[in-house]
Amino acid sequence: MSRIDAKFAALATEGRAAFITYIMAGDPDAATALEIMKGLPGAGADLIELGMPFSDPMAEGPTIQFAAQRSLAGGMSVTGTLDTVRAFRKDDDTTPVILMGYLNPVLNRGFETFARDAAAAGVDGLIIVDCPTEESGPLADALEPVGISLIRLVAPTTDDARLALMVRRTSGFVYYVSVAGVTGVKEADADAVAPAVARVRAASGLPVAVGFGIKTPERAAGVARVADAVVVGSVLVDEIAAAISSGSNENVTQKVLSKAAALAKAVCDARVGDA
Amino acid sequence: MNAPSRPNDYAAYPDADGRFGDYGGRYVAETLMPLVHDLDGAYTAAKNDPAFQAELTGYLTHYVGRPSPLYFAERLSKKLGARIWFKREELNHTGAHKINNCMGQILLAQRMGKTRIIAETGAGQHGVASATVCARFGLPCVVYMGAVDVERQKPNVFRMNLLGAEVRPVTSGAATLKDAMNEAMRDWVTNVSDTYYMIGTAAGPHPYPAMVRDFQSVIGAETRAQILKEEGRLPDAVVACVGGGSNAIGMFHPFLADESVRLIGVEASGHGLDTDKHAASLTGGRPGVLHGNKTYLLQDDDGQILDAHSISAGLDYPGIGPEHSWLHDVGRASYMTCTDDEALAAFHETAMLEGIIPALESAHAIAKLPEVAKQVGPDGVIVLCLSGRGDKDVGTVAAAMGLNL
Repeated sequence: MSRIDAKFAALATEGRAAFITYIMAGDPDAATALEIMKGLPGAGADLIELGMPFSDPMAEGPTIQFAAQRSLAGGMSVTGTLDTVRAFRKDDDTTPVILMGYLNPVLNRGFETFARDAAAAGVDGLIIVDCPTEESGPLADALEPVGISLIRLVAPTTDDARLALMVRRTSGFVYYVSVAGVTGVKEADADAVAPAVARVRAASGLPVAVGFGIKTPERAAGVARVADAVVVGSVLVDEIAAAISSGSNENVTQKVLSKAAALAKAVCDARVGDA
Repeated sequence: MNAPSRPNDYAAYPDADGRFGDYGGRYVAETLMPLVHDLDGAYTAAKNDPAFQAELTGYLTHYVGRPSPLYFAERLSKKLGARIWFKREELNHTGAHKINNCMGQILLAQRMGKTRIIAETGAGQHGVASATVCARFGLPCVVYMGAVDVERQKPNVFRMNLLGAEVRPVTSGAATLKDAMNEAMRDWVTNVSDTYYMIGTAAGPHPYPAMVRDFQSVIGAETRAQILKEEGRLPDAVVACVGGGSNAIGMFHPFLADESVRLIGVEASGHGLDTDKHAASLTGGRPGVLHGNKTYLLQDDDGQILDAHSISAGLDYPGIGPEHSWLHDVGRASYMTCTDDEALAAFHETAMLEGIIPALESAHAIAKLPEVAKQVGPDGVIVLCLSGRGDKDVGTVAAAMGLNL
C-alpha cells in the first residue's frame, strides 16, 4: 500500500479529514524550507505538498509567485527539490510527500529520469498544473512503473464527461480546485464545495482534497466537514514572506509551524460532535 | 528519436489535438481546458461559416484597409541586386499586421457571447490593435504589458488609453512580454465565464496557433496573388521577422505547398547568440512547454525559462509559435538571426532609401535581405513582410543614437 493510501485509510478510521500543507522547496532558502518541512508533521500536517519552483508559474497568485522567485534566486532546482525530499525521508518514512509544479522542468529532466529519481528520493505523488489529462499520457507512463501517483486537479469548470476521462489513470487522491482562479486570492464558496466533492468522489472512487482560497481556521473546518482533505498553502507561505519583510528571519520556521498547527486543529476538530 | 518527415499536405496540420508534429498541444490548467475546447469548437464553426467569413472580409476591406499593397522596393533592389518587394502590412489601420488577427478574434468573441476582452502585448502593437477592435465593437478591454515595455513604448500605452483600454503594467519576472502573458492567463483563469483572451501571436494552447495563423494568412494569400500578377511567377524567397511568429506564419502558410519558394524567418539575436541577451528561440533554444504549447524555448539546464532580449519589444519573447518549430525541424522553413545593431542599420537604410520607417521588428527581416539577395541572384524575386511601421520606435532608435527626444 502506498504512503498516500495508508494515510487516507488511517484517517478514515479516525473519521476525520486530512490536513495537507503546501510550502515551496528553497523558500526562503533550502535549509529553512527543509526545517519547516520536517516540523510540519509535528504541527499536524498529514500529507505534505512541496512546490517545485518554476520561472513562470501561470496558475499562482502573488504569494506563490514571490515564493518561486525567492526559491530560484537562492539556486533551487529540480535536483535541489529532490534533495530536500531525500533529507526529509531520513527521519520520516510515513508522511506522504507530493511534488507540485509545472511541466517544463520535469520534461527537461526527461519523464523516465525524473520518475526514477523522484521515487528514489521518496516522492509519493506528483501534481503538474499545466499538464491536463489530454497531454498527460507520457508522464503517466513514466510514473506508474515507479509507483508515483499522478494526482489530477479538477476544477469548477470541469464537467462530468471530462471528469470521467480525467480519473482514468489517477491514484492516491483527487485535488479539487475550489475556485476558478489563481492560488491564494479568491475564497472558496463553502456551499458549492460539498456537492462538488461528492461529484468528484463518485466519479473517481478516491479521496477528494480541496484547496485554493482556504485561508482561515473557520474555512478550513468548513471544508473539512465535507471533503476528505483540506489543502492550505498561501497562508503558510505568507508567514515566510512576512518574516522576511520584517527582517526577522529567525523565527520563520516557528511562525509557519504555529500557523499550520492552528489550521490543523481546526481540521482535526471539524467533525467532532458530528453525528 | 524519430526525425519528423516532410508532410505531404501542410494544410492538414495541426491534427485534432493541436499538434504540428511534436509541437503545439494544450498545456493549460484544468480550469481553462473546458474553455479551450469551447473556443476550438466555436472557431471551427466560424471558420466554416460563410457568413462569418463574409463579415470578416468586409471589416478587413473597409476598416483595416485590405488588401495591403505589394510595393517594388526599387532603390533597395538596385543596391542589393535582386528584385525585392515589400508587403506593406504597416499600412494597415493601427500600423501593423496585428489588426488582421484582432478583427477575426473580436468577431469570434462576439459570436461566443463574451463581454470582456483581455490581451497581452510586448511592443504595444497587439495591445493597440486589441484596444482598437474593442472600441469599435464596444467591449471593455484590459491589456497586460510588462512594466519595462510600458516604459519603452509610451506612445502605444497612451494610444491604448485613448481607445478606452485599461493597460495593466506587469512587474513580475523581467516585466516583459512573457510575464504579460503569464498575467493574462491568470486573469483568464479567474474570469472564466465572461472573458475572451485575445492572444496576439500564433502561440498558446490549441486552437490559438492555428486560429491566429488562419487570420494572418490573408497576408500570404494576397501576396501570392499579387506577385503572380506583378512578376508572372512565384517568388524565390519570402522573408519575415519572427518573435512569436504571427506575421511570418501568415506570410508563409499560403506558400507551404510551393516547394520552390524559400521561406525564411529572422529571429532577434540581440547582443549576439554567444551572449545571454538574445531572443532566438529556434537558433539558441530547445523544445519545452510554456504558455500552453510545446515549442522551442530559451531555458536553462533546470528547465527554467530565460529572459529574452531584443531591442525590439515585439521580438522580446523566449518562445516561438509551435508551427515554426515544426517547419524548422522538417526543414520547410529556415531561420536566420539578426542582432540589435544590424536591425538598427537596416532601420536607417530603409528610411533613407525607400522613405519608409519600418518597425524595429520588421527591420530584423530587412537586415537579412543582402544575404537572401546573394542566394537568389539578380533576377531572383524576394518578398519581405513589412509587418509594422516604426513610429513607435523613434524613441528607442534615438536613444540608441545617443539622442534624447
